[in-house]
Amino acid sequence: MASGGSLVEFKGVEKSYGAVRALDGVDFSILERECVGVVGHNGAGKSTLMHVLNGGVRPDAGRLVVAGEEQRAYSSARAKALGLRCVFQELSLCPNLTVAENARVFHPSIRGFGWRRRAGRLILDKLDEIFPGHGVGPGDLVQDLSIGRRQMVEIARAFTVSDAPARLVILDEPTSSLDVRTASQLLAHVRRSVEAGIGCALISHILAEVLETCDRIVVMRDGKIVAADAARNFDRKKLVAAMGGVASETATSSAGLQRGRREEAPVQVRMRPKRQTDGQELIAREGEIVGLAGLAGHGQTDLLLAAFAAASRPRAGAPVAGPVALVAGDRQSDGVFPQWSVSRNIGVRSLKRLRAGPLISPRLERALAESWRQRIKIRTPDVDNPILSLSGGNQQKALFARALASDARIVLMDDPMRGVDYGTKLEVYDLVRAEAAAGRTFLWYTTETEELKNCDRAYVFRDGAIVAELAQGELTEERVIHSSFAEVA
Amino acid sequence: MSAANAILGRPWIWSFLGAGVVWLAAIAFTGGYGGGGMLTAALSLAVFMVVVGVGQMFVITLGPGNVDLSLPANIGLASAVAMKTMAGDDRLVVLGLAAALLSGLAVGVANYLLIWALRIPPIIATMSASFIIQSVDISYGRGLQIKPPPGFADFANIQLLGIPLLAILTALFAWGAHVALHRTVWGRSVTAIGQNIHAARLAGIKVEPARFATYALCGMLGGLNGALLAGYFRGANVDIGNEYLLASIAVVVIGGTSVSGGKANLPGVWGAALFLVLLLTMLNTFGVSAGVRLVATGLIIVAVITAAGGEREAR
Amino acid sequence: MTAPAAPAAWSAGGTDVRRALRAALPALSLALVVAAIAWLNPRAISYFGFTLMLNLAIPIALATMAQMFVIAGNDLDLSIGPFVGFVCCVSATWLRDEPWLGALTLVGCIAIYAALGALIYWRNLPSIVVTLGMSFVWQGLAILLLPKPGGKAPVWLQAAMGVKPPFAPFPILAAALIAAVGWYGLMRTSYGAILRGAGGNALAIRRAGWSLLNAKASLFALAGLFGVLSGMALVGITTSADANIGNGYTLLSIAGVILGGGEFVGGKVSPIGAVLGALTMAMAASPLLTFMRIPPDWQVAANGAILIIVLAARVLISRSEAQP
Repeated sequence: MASGGSLVEFKGVEKSYGAVRALDGVDFSILERECVGVVGHNGAGKSTLMHVLNGGVRPDAGRLVVAGEEQRAYSSARAKALGLRCVFQELSLCPNLTVAENARVFHPSIRGFGWRRRAGRLILDKLDEIFPGHGVGPGDLVQDLSIGRRQMVEIARAFTVSDAPARLVILDEPTSSLDVRTASQLLAHVRRSVEAGIGCALISHILAEVLETCDRIVVMRDGKIVAADAARNFDRKKLVAAMGGVASETATSSAGLQRGRREEAPVQVRMRPKRQTDGQELIAREGEIVGLAGLAGHGQTDLLLAAFAAASRPRAGAPVAGPVALVAGDRQSDGVFPQWSVSRNIGVRSLKRLRAGPLISPRLERALAESWRQRIKIRTPDVDNPILSLSGGNQQKALFARALASDARIVLMDDPMRGVDYGTKLEVYDLVRAEAAAGRTFLWYTTETEELKNCDRAYVFRDGAIVAELAQGELTEERVIHSSFAEVA
Repeated sequence: MSAANAILGRPWIWSFLGAGVVWLAAIAFTGGYGGGGMLTAALSLAVFMVVVGVGQMFVITLGPGNVDLSLPANIGLASAVAMKTMAGDDRLVVLGLAAALLSGLAVGVANYLLIWALRIPPIIATMSASFIIQSVDISYGRGLQIKPPPGFADFANIQLLGIPLLAILTALFAWGAHVALHRTVWGRSVTAIGQNIHAARLAGIKVEPARFATYALCGMLGGLNGALLAGYFRGANVDIGNEYLLASIAVVVIGGTSVSGGKANLPGVWGAALFLVLLLTMLNTFGVSAGVRLVATGLIIVAVITAAGGEREAR
Repeated sequence: MTAPAAPAAWSAGGTDVRRALRAALPALSLALVVAAIAWLNPRAISYFGFTLMLNLAIPIALATMAQMFVIAGNDLDLSIGPFVGFVCCVSATWLRDEPWLGALTLVGCIAIYAALGALIYWRNLPSIVVTLGMSFVWQGLAILLLPKPGGKAPVWLQAAMGVKPPFAPFPILAAALIAAVGWYGLMRTSYGAILRGAGGNALAIRRAGWSLLNAKASLFALAGLFGVLSGMALVGITTSADANIGNGYTLLSIAGVILGGGEFVGGKVSPIGAVLGALTMAMAASPLLTFMRIPPDWQVAANGAILIIVLAARVLISRSEAQP
């Protein structure tokens, strides 16, 4: 595993999004002929680091040296010109084009007579090289391919070379849609490429893959690199410990310190994740705060949305026993109505109750908004101000107020405190606990394991199914990380 | 914020200012003659634009891709239905109006069914529907030049102190629509859906009933407009609604409603209607031909939408 | 790790059948219309009959092609009808009397179309509103040029459209040529792939370094070009022009693209399908209905109905095709 010259060298890279420090002074480097694995739990900063690396995100501070030159006006075009290729989780193929045409899109130099044949040859050769037996033809329309095959095409395309050489390939969870056989084909290819001179950065939550394929591993946590060493000096236990988890050999005990009185409370939610094979269900009783934990994007949001949909179809013995409200985590896409005032954003879930006669009463609406402004401490001089005049944290509070002001008995929270400042978080936690004590049920998906301390119980998700149920006493970061990275049977 | 800022900050002011400027230009050309009459005529004609403009406004506010292209055909059919039902008899006026409203409602419901059940994009659904409605109208209203009952025709032309009665009624109607937009569950639903349909669903808004109601209302307003036009111009015909497609969209756009949905502007509809009508009047006063009028209207639309821009960058 | 992906058989046989059905829909519709005509009036199926029925197929096919380029970019052109009318009027007046002025105007029109495309991209405008406004501009310009029907098509244009090839009716040959050109240009060239890709995943195209502004302007310029050709062909057939002559072409062109398997979003269009769709619309728009003794009043409705029926059929097929 000889290493060559330096491909990438970052010093002191910082990036903040509002109150959140995504990267907090990161020194990162990749040498030629080196495969670097990047691991970490939610919010560690892995994706942000990769986006800085490929030029998609401009850091607030720090020095970037790529291919030996310091980069002052780094951009994704520049990165591509320097030979950086990336495969991110959002696929960037055009579904209406064929595989060969997609290859052409990537390589502007392939044109003129016979371009289709050349592009097809290029991608097919690479597919054969990486994934023998792939079953993909250059004339296949991408929209007709399964998600696994699409990912194969995307990966293969990143390795194709037409005019400029590929020097570094960034792979962000590349095996997420691949089956076991195809994943191992990919990792074998990564090793071969690295030995042939291409550098690689690999993000994966499957620790076995990282340990097996990488020369060096870097562990990130809270925007910093907390451990970095040759891969042979790491094992699963050490990686999990470095991430903040403690590998525990004791079986998960579900007889924990449950609040006894809640045992008798009526069940409000009973749902089974789609991918669950062992019959485990998520159960929430009245007055409970039930956490949904685990790595981001492993089925928690899907379950919340399924619960939301189930609630709109009430029937006896239903999975969800009462009206629900959802607090969105991605405020821009799922929550905030940008043209409206704070007051209207809060009142929108309670319109029917705000009526005096047939019309909505502005007085009632304002009163509702005012009362919640005080209760949840939304920092704005006037609830009639536009919602976008509020800071991110206060906008999130308004979304909370919307859910809590409604008649919903069950509140679903889709990682709503992501990116919110600490002070706001504390205020919201207090409120959630108070509301639960008053009889509301909360399903709380959070990517910050700290927050789980507010929950009575938590379910850890992995790959779309529940893998562990943790009782109150077990709601430690260590246990959650351990369950998230547990070895697959 | 100073008073001047507060006034100029309201987007609908601009359309009224524009209307004022055009009126001044027109009377400057005529040497101050006929300014009052021009205003009266403008108010009369603006009424018809406002009625359908309001309906179109609600549809457009539902979000990008929502527009009702079936209005001209709807208006034509409704005018024939109204006149035939009234059959020149003053006692049947109310029945005729009801028939026109029903005809428009049927169009609106049909549009929505095409959109919802067959998942046809609103543009195509309403355009196709308009062709079918046109045929219905042609065969239904064939031949007879149907005149409105004299009482109804007079009513459509009454003026109080130089202000047409229809204009007053329409102003009241616009005010009512404004209240509906801001203070009914339906109105809030429409603006929520237009801003972010996904967030609206997650906030508990009943999206499909709101869309249904909106298309149905737009259809009904088209029907009403047909009946009123037939009364004002003393006769129904297939083409009576033709200029109202662009007019309905124009008053919405020029009046400050966002074409990407979620932000509706009701006073602006009136201001824009006056502006458009006065502009056409001014062009007439200058003696320009039909062709120039069309070009001018079209260019203004393009200019206004270009100035307003499209969706925000976010998301 | 995720659930294993099925190894080789990635589509069940049933999905294949349905997909094939959808791909064959344009040809099937055309065959259906021809069969209906043959049944109603067998004498129409002849060299002379086809030439007559498909009389207007060429301008319709060209306009459909124009619309197809716009739809490929996830937009819609509601002005193509009046634009074709305007081109007709220019061709019947300037192109004949002052050819250089006429030619310059037509080239200028294509430039305007390109500029509109650029404007729509740059300001992120809704194409419906912009093209609706432009439809009135073209209409007004046409009226200014020809307030009353008149003018005379240039001799060379009439001659070109009046060609009588020996074996196959001219419209069919011309349609085949148009389809071939469209197919080659959009589906076979390397830049055509980029244009379609811009409709399928604009972000990916931009990330790969291509200019979306150029793509949009190119698509609209092509629409303008084919619109000009459509107007010229139309006036070559009708020999004189009138400002309203093209007004029905907006719906006809949209119907043709959709009948031909095109979709409004996603950059999924088919040039050959579009021409087949145009031929179907050309025959269904008037000849078929006349043979079916449908009164002229209702022929207008038929155009709308055809579009609805085809779209409904597609929805039904794709619903049954939906993933389990």
